[in-house]
Amino acid sequence: MSKRLDPALAVFLALLAALIAFAAWLPAWAQSLLSIALATGMVVLGLTLLMRTGLVSFGQSLYLCLGAYAAGILNSKYGVTDMIIAVGAGALVAGVVAFLLGFLMATYRHIFFATLSLAFSMILYGLLVKSADLGSTDGFNLTAPTIMGIKLEGALSQRYKLILGAVLAAIATIGLWRYLRTPLGRLAPAIRDNELRVEYMGASVRHAVHVKYTIAGLLGGIGGALAALAVGHIDPDSMAYWTVSGELVFIAVLSGSASVIAPFLAAAVFETLRMLAHDYSPNTWQLSLGAAMLLLILFLPGGLASVLVRRSREPAP
Amino acid sequence: MKLRQLYRACCALAIALLSAAPAGAQDAAPIKIGIVVFLSGQAAAPFGVPAKNAAELMADSLNKGGVLGKPYDKKGFGGRPIELVFVDEAGGTTKQVQEYRNLVQRQEVDMIIGYIGSGDCLAVGPVAEELKRLTVFFDCGTPRIFEDASYKYVFRTGPHGVMDNVALALYTLKRNPNVKTIIGINQNYAWGQDSWNDFIESMKALKPDVKILDPQWPKLGAGQYNAEISALLAADADVVHTSLWGGDLESFILQAAPRDLFKKSLVVLSAGEHVVDRLETQVPQGTPFGARGPHNYYAPDSELNRWLRKSYQERYKLTPIQASYKMAQAFLGVKSAYEKAMDKNGGKHPDQDQIIAAFEHHAWEGPSGKVEMKLGKGHQAVQGTAIGTVKHEGGKAVAADIERYAAEKVNPPEGVKSLDWIKAGFK
Repeated sequence: MSKRLDPALAVFLALLAALIAFAAWLPAWAQSLLSIALATGMVVLGLTLLMRTGLVSFGQSLYLCLGAYAAGILNSKYGVTDMIIAVGAGALVAGVVAFLLGFLMATYRHIFFATLSLAFSMILYGLLVKSADLGSTDGFNLTAPTIMGIKLEGALSQRYKLILGAVLAAIATIGLWRYLRTPLGRLAPAIRDNELRVEYMGASVRHAVHVKYTIAGLLGGIGGALAALAVGHIDPDSMAYWTVSGELVFIAVLSGSASVIAPFLAAAVFETLRMLAHDYSPNTWQLSLGAAMLLLILFLPGGLASVLVRRSREPAP
Repeated sequence: MKLRQLYRACCALAIALLSAAPAGAQDAAPIKIGIVVFLSGQAAAPFGVPAKNAAELMADSLNKGGVLGKPYDKKGFGGRPIELVFVDEAGGTTKQVQEYRNLVQRQEVDMIIGYIGSGDCLAVGPVAEELKRLTVFFDCGTPRIFEDASYKYVFRTGPHGVMDNVALALYTLKRNPNVKTIIGINQNYAWGQDSWNDFIESMKALKPDVKILDPQWPKLGAGQYNAEISALLAADADVVHTSLWGGDLESFILQAAPRDLFKKSLVVLSAGEHVVDRLETQVPQGTPFGARGPHNYYAPDSELNRWLRKSYQERYKLTPIQASYKMAQAFLGVKSAYEKAMDKNGGKHPDQDQIIAAFEHHAWEGPSGKVEMKLGKGHQAVQGTAIGTVKHEGGKAVAADIERYAAEKVNPPEGVKSLDWIKAGFK
């Protein structure tokens, strides 16, 4: 019940602070890798919130893509290049869509929830493929972003993208950590275990799921906007296609749902593994990556979160 | 850690083997080139692997020195041997941008040659500019690369995809002036949409009264086309346009030919050369097909072309196809620009800016003939092209009735966007 931060989260925040302070000394490839990991981690954070509730979304790329396209369209079609506005727009668009779809999604569970979420993401994919103005599957490039009126070029731009990602990751983890300690937040594992009992206790399962779905969508949108800024290019194949959602679920499994910081660590581990696999086995990198992931899951069935939670003696969810 | 040790051991062995070879000039540090092509996925077999093969062949042959005739007889690039690092292009633009950074910043390659997907080229361009590393696109098709942006460090040694369909339209109308209706079957993604658009706009510009019927848009990698073939048969159009490639095109031909689609309509293949090469006589006689440039069937009978065909065949037991030709073309383009810069530099090895200066507006002979960097402020190649028709000859497919088109006839002039140029009646 205490309001004190749990130690793992405190360490993570300290890490993020160090990342912000020493970003300039990191090699550029690492800055870029971490920016993408933080963006992906943000989307996965939303996914793990749903997983806590017993729901697996196979279409979380819907919100990643909405966030990315909202930021990208503002940036390249309307000339609004500010990074903070881009992330805000991504969060807003994804959050509103998640809130609206939430009315429907909150009534579905299990495989029905998974396939329906998949269907919505593929509808967006289909629409984008037919949008010639947005470059169809080739997508389009963002122009160099600014932050609070300061024009950023080259290395500086990359550093600010990383710093923005780190700040937002800190806000998101603290926010979600606190939310999980509110009565509504604490309902998540209860809903997963027994919905009927939750209803008998007098709580509305539908309302709780709706709120969680909206939060997950919002986080997805922020992650998408961050990814668009970090990569500088967006297209439906690497934002909306179902394999993207699959990869997100994969990272969520690697992360586990018991900790709010594990998604970011899992995303960083995944990106690093992928990079190494590309380096050492260009012809069979998928195989190496798959084998590495298989081993991780075999030896850490609860994901990275299981290690973190054991260490910090947080009550199991 | 085991993997790393193994990797180090391999590296040490490779270095030992390399240094055992008679050393050339003392200052000849190798040039490290990152090669990014599809090594997995749908585009690997028709494009990625043939390009990778050609890159290996070119690197090994150039490193021996004197294998190719003049002016490519110097070892490597200006005497410096070439070392290749391969990266898989599969996985989407986010991963490609990250892998590009890894190539430049971790592997520290001197230049990058690669990219088959247009989306990858669009995404990588600005990053190349940011990291200031010479990057040569060899294959991707979209004209947007240099029409929507301008680059210093980015070059494209293959012509863009517009000429494929402009030439195909010219060819179709010349041989069938009475065409009244056109329909298409193209994959539902940017390449398919752009190809179809370029083709119908060219047709409309050349013959304004031609009627365009509602096209079919199967998804990429569909493999099953029976419903689409029924629709195409029912439409009974004079011409069926398709930009399908690889396994998709193979399946389409194998499913459509027995149903007599090729007899009922004239099916024109905008990029069918690599499939004609595989299916041979299973592609019905009389089918016009393009090769994304004057490659393979359309390559001139030059010493360079004969060398490429012979040595590729010997090494891989396969014919070099479009992507192989284009990779060889890219290598020779960079090599000749490098050596041009070296001459200008008084015989000393040039730095990157000097190579770039020599590469802009450069012209060279490849196995498919002359290539000129004429568009995109000297960064985008143009080339003539050719279209022919499938003819069965001794159990093989060959190209007959070949028409050649000069580069100026099928490419827009500098500073004009392709689609505007087509719509204005090629002016």
